[in-house]
Amino acid sequence: MFELLWLIPILPLAGFLVLVLFGARLPRRVTAYIGVGTVGVSALLALFIGFTFITAPPPGHAFSQTLWTWLHVGTFAPGITLYLDPLAVVMVLVITVVAFLIHLYSTAYMAGDEGYARFFAYMNLFVASMLILVLADNLLLLYLGWEGVGLCSYLLIGFWYTEPANVRAAMKAFIVTRVGDTALAIALFLLFTQFGTLQIQAILQRAPGMWLPGSAVAIAAAALLLGGAVGKSAQLPLQTWLPDAMAGPTPVSALIHAATMVTAGVYLIARTNTLFTLAPPVQHLVAIIGAATLLLAACSALVQTDIKRILAYSTMSQVGYMFLALGVGAWSAAIFHFMTHAFFKALLFLGAGVVILSLHEEHDIFKMGGLWRKMPLTFWTFLIGALSLAAFPFITAGFFSKDLIVFEEWGSVEGNPGLWTVAMIGAFLTAVYTFRMVFLVFFGKEKTKPEPRRDWQMALPLVVLAVLSVIGGDVDLPRTLGNLPLLTDFLRPVLPDAPLRAGASSIEPLLMIASALTSLAGILLAYFLYLRRPVNVRRAEHGNWLARYFFAGWGFDWLYYNLFVRPYVWFAHVDKHDIVDAFFNLIAGMGMQYHELLSTLQSGKVRWYALGIAVGAVIVIAILVLT
Amino acid sequence: MILVWLILIPFIGGLLSWLVARWNVTAARWIALAAMFLQLALAVGIWITNWGAIKLAGRGPWLIDYRQPWLPQLGISLHFGLDGFSLLLILLTGVIGVWSILASWRGIQERVGFFHFNLLLTLTGITGLFLALDLFLFYFFWEVMLVPLFFLIDIWGHERRHMAAVKFFIYTQAGGLFLLLGILGLYFVSGKGSFDYFDLLGTPMSAVMAMWLMFCFFLAFAVKLPAFPLHPWLPDAHTQAPVAGSVDLAGLVLKVAAYGMIRFMIPLFPAASLHFAPVAMTLAVIGILYGAILAFAQTDLKRLVAYTSISHMGFVLLGIFAWNELALQGALIIIIAHGISTGALFILVGMISDRFKSRSLENMGGLWPLLPSVGGVWMFFAMASLGLPGLGGFIGEFLVLLGTFKVSVGFAAVASLGFIVSVIYSLWMVQKVFFGRPSHTEPVPGLTWYEWAMMASAIIITLWLGLYPQPFMDTAAGSLLNLLKGTARVSSLRSPVLGTDIETPRLRLLLVAKYHSRLRLIGSFGVCPQNPIIDSGFILRPYFGDSYRNSLATQVGTQSETGATLSPEFRCQSPKYSPALMLCPSTDNPEKRDHTIASLPPSPRRERLGVRGSRGGRP
Repeated sequence: MFELLWLIPILPLAGFLVLVLFGARLPRRVTAYIGVGTVGVSALLALFIGFTFITAPPPGHAFSQTLWTWLHVGTFAPGITLYLDPLAVVMVLVITVVAFLIHLYSTAYMAGDEGYARFFAYMNLFVASMLILVLADNLLLLYLGWEGVGLCSYLLIGFWYTEPANVRAAMKAFIVTRVGDTALAIALFLLFTQFGTLQIQAILQRAPGMWLPGSAVAIAAAALLLGGAVGKSAQLPLQTWLPDAMAGPTPVSALIHAATMVTAGVYLIARTNTLFTLAPPVQHLVAIIGAATLLLAACSALVQTDIKRILAYSTMSQVGYMFLALGVGAWSAAIFHFMTHAFFKALLFLGAGVVILSLHEEHDIFKMGGLWRKMPLTFWTFLIGALSLAAFPFITAGFFSKDLIVFEEWGSVEGNPGLWTVAMIGAFLTAVYTFRMVFLVFFGKEKTKPEPRRDWQMALPLVVLAVLSVIGGDVDLPRTLGNLPLLTDFLRPVLPDAPLRAGASSIEPLLMIASALTSLAGILLAYFLYLRRPVNVRRAEHGNWLARYFFAGWGFDWLYYNLFVRPYVWFAHVDKHDIVDAFFNLIAGMGMQYHELLSTLQSGKVRWYALGIAVGAVIVIAILVLT
Repeated sequence: MILVWLILIPFIGGLLSWLVARWNVTAARWIALAAMFLQLALAVGIWITNWGAIKLAGRGPWLIDYRQPWLPQLGISLHFGLDGFSLLLILLTGVIGVWSILASWRGIQERVGFFHFNLLLTLTGITGLFLALDLFLFYFFWEVMLVPLFFLIDIWGHERRHMAAVKFFIYTQAGGLFLLLGILGLYFVSGKGSFDYFDLLGTPMSAVMAMWLMFCFFLAFAVKLPAFPLHPWLPDAHTQAPVAGSVDLAGLVLKVAAYGMIRFMIPLFPAASLHFAPVAMTLAVIGILYGAILAFAQTDLKRLVAYTSISHMGFVLLGIFAWNELALQGALIIIIAHGISTGALFILVGMISDRFKSRSLENMGGLWPLLPSVGGVWMFFAMASLGLPGLGGFIGEFLVLLGTFKVSVGFAAVASLGFIVSVIYSLWMVQKVFFGRPSHTEPVPGLTWYEWAMMASAIIITLWLGLYPQPFMDTAAGSLLNLLKGTARVSSLRSPVLGTDIETPRLRLLLVAKYHSRLRLIGSFGVCPQNPIIDSGFILRPYFGDSYRNSLATQVGTQSETGATLSPEFRCQSPKYSPALMLCPSTDNPEKRDHTIASLPPSPRRERLGVRGSRGGRP
């Protein structure tokens, strides 16, 4: 059964190849079958393999399959090897299932686009790269997937390439994430130099024996890995690309910039958790970065007007939660939140896509309103997604996963009340901005007349994701409610539990009630602010300098533009003609000058020559006589 | 004799082509194409028939050797040799040669015969350079390559071709003079009366003399590579040359310099090169970043691609001076991958400027709908250029940086920034040409069959290099290891190939050397009880780059706590490079290990570097 593992990433890759080579000549229906079908079969295979893995796990809870040895130099011999363990199972399942639903949705969403085949080609390549990323047995193969998803993200953000702003956003995304990728590459050099291999399991096994906790080399390695993770996962300080990445088609935002690629950093840290345990300062930094991004992005989401930008900031903020969990060693809680987030955020993006399409490419939530009557299915599914994002207590998946993280911030040994407070404030803000969006888009007065879409290809994914956004939380029930941590148990061979403080579990119910109340309070506040008396708030949002500051993403774009982009462009502009060339040209020019100068001596006039001979003779004789 | 044919085929093809062109131009093209195909086929044939020998370890790296006296009075012979390394470059020559003829199929309409004669004569020179094992012969082919290339640029180039041709000639010729100086200097210093490579290897000479001669070689190759700051000829030459000239320049001529450094400069002057390495690596890193930034600044498409070459060649230079197996294999892969992908980019630029009559980025934009297939291929090579994993360039750059990291963390880290700047110019290039608002709307002709053939072969080779480079690496491995072994003192001191995985080291052996007036830890390995005998790879092969007089031979034997006798043998030529053995008891703790090193006196003599700790003895 497990031998079929290689088919999971290869099928979408084959789809990509077919679409790239023959896409222009294929009819749309065939394109759709190839694009969706390959991912669909991958998803089926993943479900099948995942089911087998859960019921009859392979020895050692891991299965690895070498396709071929990539290259072999001295002792460096990374293979094209897939490695399936519980963590990879969870990742593969979420990726393939969500990707399949989004592909299906895209067949209707992109129906009118002339780049239909190109779109599915890129999307298939993305799925293949993402699967390689999570299935890689060594860091070099992981890096291949890592860069592959970056490329697809670039291609898909700039999918509508005639608009210069889209292309700029795509470039920005690639360049900013590449900064992180470079840190990751250096981490690879360091790890190879230390361990003589890039195989992840070998590194994780040997690291505790070779490095003392807190030693400089461990800190350097973990910090470099973290650098890679923050780039891909749009965390501080490399978060600026994500809001602009919304220039891509909405299914792209749902798949790449919400459900899968932006969580690659979370996967990387969870995968190399041993290295972070060996570097406590860096692990602490992970939590701080998560906390800071969480608050920053939530505040920005609070004042955005573009529905997709709200969701983008929300994604940043939710990934911040995952980092927060990683930072206190609650590895499986981060993966749990990754899973539920993939469901509800994909759902929200797809719902937003339906809204945008029905309103003729209208993105401004203040120009929407009253849609719930006209688009009931979209409304109800969107509401479920929103409730899940806002962690509406006890019924939504988002509540269970977020509550687990919030609890770990308090209860785990690494956690502290400060982090817990940040997590609570974040939960409150999340509820506010989520329901600000819901109330403004679906309630109130109708401002733009919608033309609702009724394609089943769009409806079905919404319904399935809505169901997953509710029941997805049941795979890991907390101690206080059912005490059935299936996911945590499943992941335990890979991701160790975070040790709890003494007495932490006794106050768990209390903390849970607190977070439930926070969520409800946030929704209530949004109700009062945006549904009861919307006018005042809107005025305040527009006039307030703080709101403008939040709106602009805390000025990071401005800062980076002035700090990096301008000097770079300035230097390139100034030195366009290459100062080194000018130097050599100067030498050449001087040669020419002397040539001119000396050639004037050759005037053809005998009296000058005679004079020259005479003066020369005098000088020579003078030298001879005087010395 | 087959090696002579490799050289003669393009030469004869060029002559024939020139003659035939008087009557029939198309036939002349076909003759030239056939000649290059024949050379390529011959090279592939050699590759296939020698595959067993290549895989067979211990047979020695030389696959084919050919030697005939030429000017015996002066010690000059027609000595050609082919090992895996040069074989790969001959293969590259074949591919690039075929491309350069196809790329000028439509573009060249004037003096077609003479054009092909010059083109094939250049390729003859390049082939000769990759095969020559006599330094005089090497210099001879250096000139054979140079002169026809000058004509190619000067006669068939673009609007400012005279300036570019003269600039190219002066730079290269100035470099060539230094090469001649270096070769003659080495000839006289050795006193053997021979220009043969193997006679000159290991010539004893003073460190100062070695440095000067090495510097002559370096200057010649650095101009050609080109290394910062000797690069200004390249953007002009690339930009003004006809497409075939640009393809040859980028694909082959630059590689000659890298080949020369690996084959001649470092093996002939290992100690001096080692001494010079920090300078060269600094230039390499500057070149990587500077070339990439200036590529972004350009508005002429050809100039842009030209500057990317400077950036990529920086990686090659870095890899060469890192001088270990990883870095050298990486440099080799970059040499091939860059030849293919940059060659393809120049051909693509040619296609675009043929169809739109402009090379300026200002006049382009939004071309994707008109030429989607060119856009796709262009995107592919832009990705190859920015080092996307799975494509050839990445493997090369990654291995170079990996090898460099072992030698110097600082150089590797700064060079890694090349990953970021290369993204900027690559994406910029794609964006300005293909994305944005359409600048042209009238339809243009699509790709012809031979344009497709060139692009398809380039894509296949790039993917092959990126996904399964092993055949290339295996082919070169024997030769590269041989070169490393020849300079074992250097390589072992820089990055000893040390033991495999040792699970439970009880004892850690530290290898320390004085390197650039600082004491450095250059390697360490554990000795485990199960495998007490240290691998013989640890013994430094005697190699005397500097002088016999200063050489010291030291035996260090010691009794370890596991009862194993350690007797690595050390030979080295001068106290300046003297390595020392140091035994530290059970230091799995890296901090402690670092501390031990740091506590050593700043400028120790070898005697002070004996066995540390209470265990073990010294002779």
